[in-house]
Amino acid sequence: MADFVLYLRLFQYGFRRHSTYLAAALAGAFTNTVFGVLRAYVLIALWEARPGLAGYTLAEAVTFCFLTQGFIGPMQVFGRGLSFGDRIRSGDIAFDLVRPAPLLLWSLAEDLGRAAYLTIARSLPPSIAGAAMFTMVAPVSPWFVASFVLGIVVSFGWRYLVTLAACWTTDDRGMHTLSSLLTFFFSGMVLPLGLFPGWLRTVAEASPFAAMVQVPADMWLGATPTWSGLGFQLFWAVTLLGLGALLTVAARRKVVVQGG
Amino acid sequence: MIETMSLGRDFKVRGAVVAAVHDLTFRVEAGEFVGCLGPNGAGKSTTIKMLTGILTPTRGRASVAGLDPARQRKTLARRIGVVFGQRTTLWWDLPLRDSFELVRLLYKVDRSRFTARLAELTEVLDLGPFLRTPVRQLSLGQRMRGDITAALLHDPEVLVLDEPTIGLDVVAKAEVRSFLARLNADRGTTVLLTTHDLGDVERLCRRVLLIDHGRLAFDGSVPELRALVPGQESIEDVVAHLYLSSTPAAPRTPRRTPDADPPTVTA
Repeated sequence: MADFVLYLRLFQYGFRRHSTYLAAALAGAFTNTVFGVLRAYVLIALWEARPGLAGYTLAEAVTFCFLTQGFIGPMQVFGRGLSFGDRIRSGDIAFDLVRPAPLLLWSLAEDLGRAAYLTIARSLPPSIAGAAMFTMVAPVSPWFVASFVLGIVVSFGWRYLVTLAACWTTDDRGMHTLSSLLTFFFSGMVLPLGLFPGWLRTVAEASPFAAMVQVPADMWLGATPTWSGLGFQLFWAVTLLGLGALLTVAARRKVVVQGG
Repeated sequence: MIETMSLGRDFKVRGAVVAAVHDLTFRVEAGEFVGCLGPNGAGKSTTIKMLTGILTPTRGRASVAGLDPARQRKTLARRIGVVFGQRTTLWWDLPLRDSFELVRLLYKVDRSRFTARLAELTEVLDLGPFLRTPVRQLSLGQRMRGDITAALLHDPEVLVLDEPTIGLDVVAKAEVRSFLARLNADRGTTVLLTTHDLGDVERLCRRVLLIDHGRLAFDGSVPELRALVPGQESIEDVVAHLYLSSTPAAPRTPRRTPDADPPTVTA
């Protein structure tokens, strides 16, 4: 019970921490909306030339565009977002790793709070603007909500691994750059993964990045069977969190037992 | 209350094994106020980290409040308070009050005890004016008082401080010192602190441990420490003399810069 209250507080903390940076969120929402409009016109041109591309109608393609623009914030598509990243460089992570609560759950609660805030501040504006300017389709199934949350958890699981990997590398910038590039490309942010050719499509659709953006968007559009979509996301969520727990043990060993 | 037996800790530095702490044996009784002195790189922080379960010893053993810090870290965490002067356990973006609330939940302090204790500490440490200020906006002196409060919310039997007065101005230093003295006198809390500030030692510590090259070089009272170097007026000169004249028994270990802390993460 006390643990539940702790994680609830951490969730609120994550929410509040991000809500203090209101200007940043508004700027982000504005940018996401503008790029959404640009992307929408590109997609419209594409779909008018080749109707039914990737199995989407024109309205579905435009919906896909604004949905995924709205995922940039909550799914933290461009990486980072975890508060313990800086504490690795300063060495303060040693104290986090020996706290009575596990770092993984601790940061997950905080990250969900972050995502909750960014859903309001950065997902709603582009979605509303998109719906006002273009024809969009309504969600097919309420399971979209579960898929949306699982997408955030998968994103967290991936970023946790990338952030914690800094315990072994002196400089973490390279890792983060590579990670955001992979996420951006393979999640469906650039183009729906259905447009990727051959084996690249197979790889992208099987990757955890697809579970962050492509799958939740397809759940909204009804383009993927509910259970296989959720199952796929659940698989990646459990796998990444499991790896995160293992890596945490290794990090503790490294910091606490080997001391450096 | 605190006991070490041939405690030792090695670090790997570029493939070579370096002993930060060699063979440390000492005992601190309940209610004592002990200061730990030593030049940079002497092994003070490493010792503190072993006593608080943040580092696992390579050799020997330690016991704090009857517990093995490395094995019973979580139980120990609820019985001791730890403050690292150069680090903070508070949440950067949160108001101080909310950080305390998280500490309360983390260490499972029940609410009534927490409220009473916080009220008491707020008054003694004069936290009132900045209890609602985010930690990132606090001055170093305010933050240190916040960190000390966070370490004492669960009313620990032992308080361990690593350079608690580092970087503080004379007024803030005096406040922290008088608080620690009262804590020790009124509540009987055992205090062990490391410092480079000899004012801390003279005003607070009835007993001094001098650690050099990872070994215990001196254990006694401040007058006894002075008596080691006759003819020196100030305690600063006494200690400087001791640091300079120390001869390592083992091959000299490379000094770490900028301070005694081993590179915690970046290997």
